[in-house]
Amino acid sequence: MFGRLTWTAIPFDQPIPLAAGGVVGLVLACVLGLIVVKGWLPYLWREWITSVDHKRVGIMYTVLALVMLLRGFSDAILMRSQQALAFKAPGYLPPEHYDQVFSAHGTLMIFFVAMPFMIGMMNFVVPLQLGARDVAFPTLNSVSFWLTATGALLVNISLVVGEFSRTGWLPYPPLSELTYSPGVGPDYYLWALQISGVGTLMTGVNFVTTVLKVHAPGMTYMRMPMFCWTTLASSLLIVGAFPILTATLAMLILDRYLDFHFFTNDGGGNVMMFMNLIWAWGHPEVYILILPAFGIFSEVVSTFSRKPLFGYRSMVMATMVIFVLAFTVWLHHFFTMGAGADVNAIFGIMSMIIAVPTGVKVFNWLFTMYGGRVVYSTPMLFALGFMVTFVVGGMTGVLLAVPPADFVLHNSLFLVAHFHNVVIGGVLFGAFAGYNYWFPKAFGFRLHEGLGKASFWCWFVGFYVAFVPLYVVGLMGMTRRMQHYDVPAWHPWLLLAAVGALIILAGILLMVAQLYVSIRQRVALRDQSGDPWDGRSLEWATSSPPPAFNFAVLPNIEGEEPYWGVKECARKQMHLDNEPRYEEVEVPRNSPTGFVCAFFATFLGFALIWHIWWLAAVSTLGAAATFVAFAWRDRVEDIISAEEVGRIDRANRRARMEALTRMQTQAAE
Amino acid sequence: MSDARTATGIDPYQLGHQQRHKRQYNAEHASRGLASKRIITGYGFWIFLLSDIIMFAAFFATYAVLSSATAGGPTGRQIFDIDNTAIETSCLLASSFTCGLASIGAERHRDSWFYGAMGITFILGATFIGLEIHEFAGLVKQGAGPERSAFLSAFFTLVGCHGLHVTVGLLWLLTMTAQVFAKGYRADVLRRILCFTLFWHALDIVWVALFTVVYLIGIT
Amino acid sequence: MNSFSLKDRRCFLACRSHRWPILATFMPLAGCQPAVLDPQGPVGIAERTILLDSLAIMLTIVAPTIAATLAFAWWFRASNQRARYLPHWAYSGRIELVTWGIPLLTVMLLGGVTWVASHDLDPAKPLTSKSPPLQIEAVSLDWKWLFIYPDQRVASVNRLILPAGVPVSFSLTSASVMNTFFVPQLGSMIYTMNGMSSKLNLLADRPGAFRGLSAHFSGDGFSDMHFEVHAMPADQFERWVNATRNQGPKLDEASYGSLERPSSNVAPFTYGDADPAIYDRIVTRQIAPAPGPPPVAGPSVINLTRHGR
Repeated sequence: MFGRLTWTAIPFDQPIPLAAGGVVGLVLACVLGLIVVKGWLPYLWREWITSVDHKRVGIMYTVLALVMLLRGFSDAILMRSQQALAFKAPGYLPPEHYDQVFSAHGTLMIFFVAMPFMIGMMNFVVPLQLGARDVAFPTLNSVSFWLTATGALLVNISLVVGEFSRTGWLPYPPLSELTYSPGVGPDYYLWALQISGVGTLMTGVNFVTTVLKVHAPGMTYMRMPMFCWTTLASSLLIVGAFPILTATLAMLILDRYLDFHFFTNDGGGNVMMFMNLIWAWGHPEVYILILPAFGIFSEVVSTFSRKPLFGYRSMVMATMVIFVLAFTVWLHHFFTMGAGADVNAIFGIMSMIIAVPTGVKVFNWLFTMYGGRVVYSTPMLFALGFMVTFVVGGMTGVLLAVPPADFVLHNSLFLVAHFHNVVIGGVLFGAFAGYNYWFPKAFGFRLHEGLGKASFWCWFVGFYVAFVPLYVVGLMGMTRRMQHYDVPAWHPWLLLAAVGALIILAGILLMVAQLYVSIRQRVALRDQSGDPWDGRSLEWATSSPPPAFNFAVLPNIEGEEPYWGVKECARKQMHLDNEPRYEEVEVPRNSPTGFVCAFFATFLGFALIWHIWWLAAVSTLGAAATFVAFAWRDRVEDIISAEEVGRIDRANRRARMEALTRMQTQAAE
Repeated sequence: MSDARTATGIDPYQLGHQQRHKRQYNAEHASRGLASKRIITGYGFWIFLLSDIIMFAAFFATYAVLSSATAGGPTGRQIFDIDNTAIETSCLLASSFTCGLASIGAERHRDSWFYGAMGITFILGATFIGLEIHEFAGLVKQGAGPERSAFLSAFFTLVGCHGLHVTVGLLWLLTMTAQVFAKGYRADVLRRILCFTLFWHALDIVWVALFTVVYLIGIT
Repeated sequence: MNSFSLKDRRCFLACRSHRWPILATFMPLAGCQPAVLDPQGPVGIAERTILLDSLAIMLTIVAPTIAATLAFAWWFRASNQRARYLPHWAYSGRIELVTWGIPLLTVMLLGGVTWVASHDLDPAKPLTSKSPPLQIEAVSLDWKWLFIYPDQRVASVNRLILPAGVPVSFSLTSASVMNTFFVPQLGSMIYTMNGMSSKLNLLADRPGAFRGLSAHFSGDGFSDMHFEVHAMPADQFERWVNATRNQGPKLDEASYGSLERPSSNVAPFTYGDADPAIYDRIVTRQIAPAPGPPPVAGPSVINLTRHGR
């Protein structure tokens, strides 16, 4: 009846996962209870769960990322404290638990923090920047989000029911094969990623189409803001790389479930093929994450330097060169396999060549600041912190791309320090910059600046205190994923790294406090103008939060930085354009398709993990029926009347006129 | 769009759009606006097909690597039945043609044409699947199932993945036929039929590659 | 066991022990300084040189970039009235030429270094030396290392004994999952994979004791998968071989079968008579891959929480 699932799957004898799971469960129950008691459920269902509005979906992605960040970071704290304690001692996490912790940490941070954070930003911002009303396929977008949430849910269920993978964030066979991992851990990993991977792939398809086909008249490719370009490159990478992940994981699933022999030790399986395939996805994945961050930094640096982005053409070219080269360097993840000098050298040099367009980008941000008026807001601080940190990470990355240097640093904590250097210093700082930068657009009030800056400094300092020691112990020959060790020289550095993790924890707590305080002080932090940072691209042309239809009238673009042009013009002439003639607007109708589909997908994943075949069949049918029902509906759009559009837009225009007058009086004084 | 807000930008990057071609650009933009839904849908589906073909590419690459890893089991030459495969191929190629006819029928709102062509497409597709299942069952019966060797794992996965696509395509075909029956030739239904035909043709293309790489090269 | 001090090391060289078990008293060693930056053989030394050279080349561009970032951000701060404001300046062909040119030139230089160094330091490339290389076959097991000396017909578990000054030619494979053979102070690491034989050439310049480990996660017992490396003068190595041979258990298929079962934290021991063909039989899978843990669902399959010695 319940396949492999029995009461023994719940680790009653292990207090740590049980307590952690209990706390998570309790928090979830409290939140749900609060929602039900307060009667928020209908509102949530109507306005959020079934929403296909790209802004709502984007915000939900970001919320998912932030929650998973807390979960992933608690794993990081466990790891740092275990390694701080486990010098000639067992520490407090036995290997079979510690191995799950680092596997879950990597999986969560990459797939359920970095990815949804970046995709959330893309969702919220790109249609606004393009002057469009929504993404190309709004309902599909909602499906993508909910499937990602399903994946995250499955990973978290493994905390309490069964176990998570113990093979690291990439399930290298043969360790991940049934022979060496007979438990359900890898199955949780595989199905969580397959399901969320479908969502990610659909996001890629959606955004390639959106950027290339859905934009305001006159928004030619060479007029798009940088973030749209990096979104395009990142989405193209998703379309090119995620199918490889799907195929690779499918092969491992077939090995584990149906006794196939793709990567097994027996039957002619080939482990090296797994490494090639997984990194043919894995390396582009790195750029899927970092390119949108580059886009965010381009927007932030330009806005807070009060200048257009320097060398736009170079930036576009650099982005697209990175996109192409991202597929040509995967082998540098396994120089130590012994592929031969020619192959290693070629892939090493290819990897270095990617550093060229990346370097160009850094220089262009530098020259964007040149001749500017740099305002040290929280997003700008993250951008500056990124520029300093990322070049160090890039340097150690190029170092690892030199095969002979990699021969002594591969898989060491030096490597761990390197990729955290680029992922925290690049992706996460980018996400935080974007979060602080676009928050007022999403909610109509700013985030608290003081707490934001404090959290930045904790992240920045904490990063160095946590990861410079890891560079050092890496050079001392310490490899990653050690549950305990007996080398005295490593110990003080690992203690220091634990201190760094605590400083980062302070940064996270300050971020939570920032959000809480900002919501409490939302009246004082209110932004009426819709343009709190004196922005340059189209998302600042509409009110905050933007109306469902984004723009009352689609803007007609006749130049680069179109919104800046409008603003300059308005400032010079001291009045806005004439009021346009408002027309009714069609917006995509809300749909529970995504949520219902993810509901079935969750059961499907769970059923497959525990071999409950009847439930898997029922869930598959349910998901298919959901799509047919979606296809059967007759009304696909809601209509917002011209009066309503006019009413909303007039309010926006009034606020802008007030801002203009304020500026005038300020100038007069 | 005559009274749309005109966002006149500056030209900080010296791309020189405005000075050189202002009039030309304006004329071009006035006629452009947003792409139509049909174009957006078709475009998006093409991108999806691209990703699907990349997935097949991964399975093809795997097959190429493992095609000699027979682990003492049978080789391709010993188990491939080229006659069966030839019939499969002709079924699929013919179904692509009838699928094209169905899409023309749908565009012209011609019931008999549409239903007839869809029906033939279904029969041809189902025949293909039937023959494939027959082939697979035969292989498993003679001990050449996917668990026998890495080569057979790769073979069953590659061919089976295509077969799974065709099966999904058949279910989609039935859904679309039912939808036309229930909803008529509505614009959104026509867009879905467009996507379905693109899907079906893409499967044909994948099969041609598969037939060549697996079967034709396999028996030589 | 105490950490290895200079005095111990001198004693170790001076005592000229004829019996290898005495070595057991000089245990956890090295690791007192950054091992990768304190190489004890030509491979490690060359790799350190490449590492530091590449770092220096990159720092010439990275350090000024960081400095310029901070300088620009500070000088062009909004409150600085003396800074020039160029609100429309966003393009300069000459600067863009430089921004592409400088990284490109750096990478060309570094690429040249990489090409030459990758070929010089290919792990499979035999080392040039007057003395013929010693053959060692290494097998990674769950979770210990087996070192077979086919010409000497001896084998050692979790302790690698090398003659100093003699190049060693390793052939490496795995009995089960992937691992990486790595002695940080000697240089290059390499993967061990079941059904495949990797090649690695290393040399210890001087007698000494180093730490070796697996650098690729291989399961629950991974953390204890380190081994001792003792490089000793050639004559002492000879004596060690003689003392080991025909002492202790015999390495054949039966004893290998019990060795390959999962276990961790295994105290070093030797086989006095090693079947020289066994390595090939492992690589060609004539000996089946090692079994994993018993096929039971759920955590805590094997109790590995044994610590200390």
